[in-house]
Amino acid sequence: MPRNPEIKKVLVIGSGPIVIGQAAEFDYAGTQACRSLKEEGMEVVLVNSNPATIMTDGDIADRVYIEPLTVKVLEQIIEKEKPDSVLPTLGGQAGLNLGMELEESGFLAAHNVRLIGTTAQTIKKAEDRLEFKKTMEKCGEPCAPSLVVENIQDGVDFAAKIGYPVVLRPAYTLGGSGGGIAHNQVQLEEILENGLRLSRVGQVLVERCIAGWKEIEYEAMRDSAGNCITICSMENIDPVGVHTGDSIVVAPSQTLGDKEYQMLRSAALNIVNELEITGGCNVQFALHPDSFEYCVIEVNPRVSRSSALASKATGYPIAKVASKIALGYTLDEIKNAITGKTYASFEPAIDYCVVKIPRLPFDKFLTAKRTLTTQMKATGEVMSICNSFEGALMKALRSLEQHVDCLRSYDFSALSKEDLLERMKKVDDQRIFLIAEAVRKGIDYDTIYDITMVDKWFIDKIAILTEMEEKLEQEGAALSVETLREAKRLEFPDNVIGRLTGLSGQAVKQMRDANGITASYKMVDTCAAEFEAQTPYYYSVYGGENEAVETKDRKKVLVLGSGPIRIGQGIEFDYCSVHATWAFSRAGYETIIVNNNPETVSTDFDIADKLYFEPLTPEDVENIVRLEKPDGAVVQFGGQTAIKLTEDLMKMGVPILGTKAEDVDAAEDRELFDRILQETEIPRAAGGTVFTAEEAREVANRLGYPVLVRPSYVLGGQGMQIAISDAEIEEFMAVINRYSQEHPILVDKYLQGKELEVDAVCDGTDILIPGIMEHIERTGVHSGDSISVYPAFTVSEKVKETIAEYSRRLAKALHVIGLINIQFIAVGDEVYVIEVNPRSSRTVPYISKVTGIPIVDLATEVILGKRIRDLGYEPGLQKAADYVAIKMPVFSFEKIRGAEISLGPEMKSTGECLGIAQTFDEALYKAFLGAGVDLPKYKQMIITVKDADKGEAIEIGRRFEKLGYIIYATRSTAAALNEAGVKARKVNKISQESPTVMDLILGHKIDLVIDTPTQGRDKSRDGFLIRRNAIETGVNCITAMDTARALVTSLENKERQGNKLTLVDIATIARRGK
Amino acid sequence: MKAFLILEDGTVFEGTHIGAEKEIISEIVFNTSMAGYLEVLTDPSYAGQAVCMTYPLIGNYGVCLQDMESSHPCLDGFIVRELSRMPSNFRSDMSIQEFLDKYEVPGIAGIDTRALVKLLREKGTMNGMITTREDFVVEEILPKLRAYTPGKVVEKVCTREKYTVGEGRRKVALVDFGTKSNIISCLVNRDCTVTVYPAPTAAAEILADGPDGIMLSNGPGDPKECVSVIEEVKKLYQSDVPIFAICLGHQLMALATGADTFKMKYGHRGGNHPVKDLATGQVYISSQNHGYVVDMEKLDETVAKPAFVNVNDGTCEGVSYTGKNIFTVQFHPEACSGPLDSGFLFDRFMEMIDEKKGGMEHA
Repeated sequence: MPRNPEIKKVLVIGSGPIVIGQAAEFDYAGTQACRSLKEEGMEVVLVNSNPATIMTDGDIADRVYIEPLTVKVLEQIIEKEKPDSVLPTLGGQAGLNLGMELEESGFLAAHNVRLIGTTAQTIKKAEDRLEFKKTMEKCGEPCAPSLVVENIQDGVDFAAKIGYPVVLRPAYTLGGSGGGIAHNQVQLEEILENGLRLSRVGQVLVERCIAGWKEIEYEAMRDSAGNCITICSMENIDPVGVHTGDSIVVAPSQTLGDKEYQMLRSAALNIVNELEITGGCNVQFALHPDSFEYCVIEVNPRVSRSSALASKATGYPIAKVASKIALGYTLDEIKNAITGKTYASFEPAIDYCVVKIPRLPFDKFLTAKRTLTTQMKATGEVMSICNSFEGALMKALRSLEQHVDCLRSYDFSALSKEDLLERMKKVDDQRIFLIAEAVRKGIDYDTIYDITMVDKWFIDKIAILTEMEEKLEQEGAALSVETLREAKRLEFPDNVIGRLTGLSGQAVKQMRDANGITASYKMVDTCAAEFEAQTPYYYSVYGGENEAVETKDRKKVLVLGSGPIRIGQGIEFDYCSVHATWAFSRAGYETIIVNNNPETVSTDFDIADKLYFEPLTPEDVENIVRLEKPDGAVVQFGGQTAIKLTEDLMKMGVPILGTKAEDVDAAEDRELFDRILQETEIPRAAGGTVFTAEEAREVANRLGYPVLVRPSYVLGGQGMQIAISDAEIEEFMAVINRYSQEHPILVDKYLQGKELEVDAVCDGTDILIPGIMEHIERTGVHSGDSISVYPAFTVSEKVKETIAEYSRRLAKALHVIGLINIQFIAVGDEVYVIEVNPRSSRTVPYISKVTGIPIVDLATEVILGKRIRDLGYEPGLQKAADYVAIKMPVFSFEKIRGAEISLGPEMKSTGECLGIAQTFDEALYKAFLGAGVDLPKYKQMIITVKDADKGEAIEIGRRFEKLGYIIYATRSTAAALNEAGVKARKVNKISQESPTVMDLILGHKIDLVIDTPTQGRDKSRDGFLIRRNAIETGVNCITAMDTARALVTSLENKERQGNKLTLVDIATIARRGK
Repeated sequence: MKAFLILEDGTVFEGTHIGAEKEIISEIVFNTSMAGYLEVLTDPSYAGQAVCMTYPLIGNYGVCLQDMESSHPCLDGFIVRELSRMPSNFRSDMSIQEFLDKYEVPGIAGIDTRALVKLLREKGTMNGMITTREDFVVEEILPKLRAYTPGKVVEKVCTREKYTVGEGRRKVALVDFGTKSNIISCLVNRDCTVTVYPAPTAAAEILADGPDGIMLSNGPGDPKECVSVIEEVKKLYQSDVPIFAICLGHQLMALATGADTFKMKYGHRGGNHPVKDLATGQVYISSQNHGYVVDMEKLDETVAKPAFVNVNDGTCEGVSYTGKNIFTVQFHPEACSGPLDSGFLFDRFMEMIDEKKGGMEHA
């Protein structure tokens, strides 16, 4: 069936800010879809509140709205743009829910707009628990015995009937928010209460616990003619009980025979047919490990994280094909872009093994529970490809960038057998290392299996790796060539072989070279080599023919990607890498991307000329360099992951394009940088560099408390803290020194002032500053967690001029060629520099979009030798725009039990959204709305602040009171408020008698908690508990007075303005910028 | 122990010996199924061939003897990247190593199977030798390789004696050219009494038993070598008994009715081939195993019309016979290994039988 000619203008709904459970995969899917729609001549209107995405670029869609993702906003956009169709299946759960609401309210029908990609009926059948169960019954597919409940008593009764443990799944939530396994009634009541609240429709499914069964997923695709295929099967190494997003996943399934495989495949197709899916669909099964019994866990009638993984694992572009299907094409009409010969209506055959490992944020949240459950906690993931499972696992481990490079990276050797067995019962991110230790200790597979339910096939594979560890240790310096060859086949990196044998990594490498043990590259081609493929998408193996041929016709650039999404290094860097790649390509370069993140646009097979899906370690990159011999590498776009490789690349003889490595060093090295500041006469907070806690105390006492403590060469302020005492210095230094630090630790005097930030392009002489961003939160809150306002709105012209001047001097002194990010503090009219990063930053996509100045493209041109003046720009600070754009951080605290949520110098947000408008007030309102702060609801709030904030609390409290808020406050805050004439009702602390502040929070009638922790780190259990409980019950919780002030400002504006928002088309800004 | 795979073009792969220790010369083909290695090992259509699995990890779930598609492996040799040292599956009876030893299948592991597949794709199917001799001289071997042909493999793999399975309402005669046991099961499960005849059985004998329908099975080798069988198939065609044929059976029916077959460059072997039903436009993913194909160009429309085509390369995947109760497919609706999507074709066959029977009863 050819394309439906009635579809001409399509509104694509994006997924909004990055949160746990909804990450970069939707930028990948959305970008691929938009490009695919444009390829078909569609006019594409895009809405997504997330400015860090590639899909929100002016050149991806025709009209781009970075607006809050609410039904009202969508209605307004539809009224304005008059699309004929809405495509909701590419924006994750957020997009699907919005599409559903628009349809259900009758708005779409009233405006003659059709939902494409899926029907509301399909969504309902798949997403509504009751409908889903009915549908499964109708098509004869088994589900675990379950009941949808809308109150706690029904849940308790049903659980008593089917027996504990039971699994709880709230309807219409993403990443399993609010779900869990309850082993008894107390747990059941706790989880159920939370889940009922989080569910959009107040429903939670209570079902028989099938924990321990194999978890198997299929990605399926169906067109409107009913043609159905599966693209990939995936097996979770962690059995049912751990969210698939937190599981180690292998593709294709490994332990299923053809009978089981086909049984589940047929079931997947049966379901997809019954739901009448048109597009991509993910079906999750639980398979009993000792029988053919299975049940359907869940169906996602849209592209998902799993579909991104399946796309990258097979080469089959699911989002692209899904969008063509949405336009009416059938699978047999869509060409397979990888082979160029076959059609989309075939099932990929893969001739390698894929392993995905989640990137969990426990290194950021030290207090968080590491336990893995049905509630997803991972912020990102890595994928690796190899022709053996062992090799793929080893490659994936070292791709994580979490100080892990083999199965010994967490040392449990000191545990006794008994302790180890006990420890293994705890399901967390270290389980695979525990299993390895259990194997080393000689614990038999059956025992390990009984505890973990990890299939023995995987346990045996782990054993093969631990046996190799032992063999390497035994051979030591007398390492034989055969053992080395086998160790490399299993993907042991040289440095690990070195550690185990006692040889140096260098010696291992020499031995490899002498014996011709080198990596070769194989192609991902969707068809196991059955057809010739056009697309150079490679992975490495040891042993075998090399298929990646060195190309020589054009100059070549190596673009290093940014690895897994983590807090502090998010999707922004993928935005930068992709844009740089495109810009190099336009300049006539052959582009080569190295990256290992399956969720991203950069690892889509048609972004660069060549894609190497590989770990970003020096050894892995060197193997590629040896083969490709690139003319240069660009590291400034790939975040810290790429920057860290600079020195190694230079040793390999690869020229670093753009800012030189020694200049990057100069910005990070305290002494060198101090010298530059002196030369350029730029002030900074006094400070010193230290290695030990003792040295840190000395410096701190010299400067006087409070001081800022942080390691150098990190991103996202990891390990950064404000210390107010010697004791805190001790504590923070111990945390930082958990890992041996190659670089010194910085101790600076803490200055309180306005924090400002610029991203700029420098060509060595001139600097182009698109604009100055001002943070709403004062210094002390990490820039990534601050609300950022463009253009700067409170500081004087003099400060702006000073910032422009200092930026120019710094960029020039550091010989920056390309991007630079500088953070400043303004105390009055005095400007101090906080830090300089001669590379791309988190704010690059945001500032590019809101100023219309494509700074990554410009930086790339500059790197290639162009001058800013040649590119049509006048150097210096550009004229501020006549609208305001506010970037709002978004957090995922509710997903991570036990995480401290108060803001500080260490970054905690997972994503961001944008509010853009003619006025500051409206932009702010939009930004809060985009971040999900949709107030007022009950007009009740709690204020509990430290003494230093009481003055501001009065002012803010008064404004909330004026808006009609009832204010509750703890004793001293209440006293201060009442004294100043702000009516506050006193509530008891948690330890005191009821009603306490906690009762209020759990009563679900509170809009907002303002809780500022005492200086430094809050030790009081009360504050922590209040904040955690607020977050977990869905109450907005603000921990900085500046944020609170901003919020009340936005609410005042809402009162004034009503509900209509003014819409801004980013694409027109982009065109104006050019 | 080392093992070598020597190809007709002189390429030598060095690997590790697996299975029985014997030297073989065979036609080297590849299969892209990611699961179902046991079904491949025991599919009689592989007689005269050594099969390379493109999926690198083989043996993961061991061997469940119940899943065998014939009483013993029929292929000459087995070529893999890696054999799993420990199987894990609740149904596993033995490891794949034990299976290869027990049934004396020789093979080679540890070679770059992808490189081999690329060679076969580019140069077409080649003959090769698997040996554990290290002192071989390639030049001496090559003439032997070039001279090799699988020979009359159908007679080797088909049943010697006629036998009957099932006690169903419908009587189906299955002409065994090397049938997979799941074809029999598919019929028996659909209320059929299946009588299996050796390939050389005369049409008259089959028809004399009064079957309600005739099934022509899959099988190995070049269909044109089955000269006498083709003559018998012609007679079956002449009868008005409904006929359904799969794979070799489909090719033989085409040859019997004046069409032609030719050898493909490297064939279709795997579980992911899309076939389109020309009557409905519907596409099904199918299990396939064939090196020869019916020449669509030479079908005489007054006799036979294409019913299915391969979406990838447009080759003939099925034929319906004008004015007859006969339809044939190149792919394997019985699956095993592979997708079950086209199993409904057996239902279609049943309907044909029932219509015919009903008509007769009413007549």
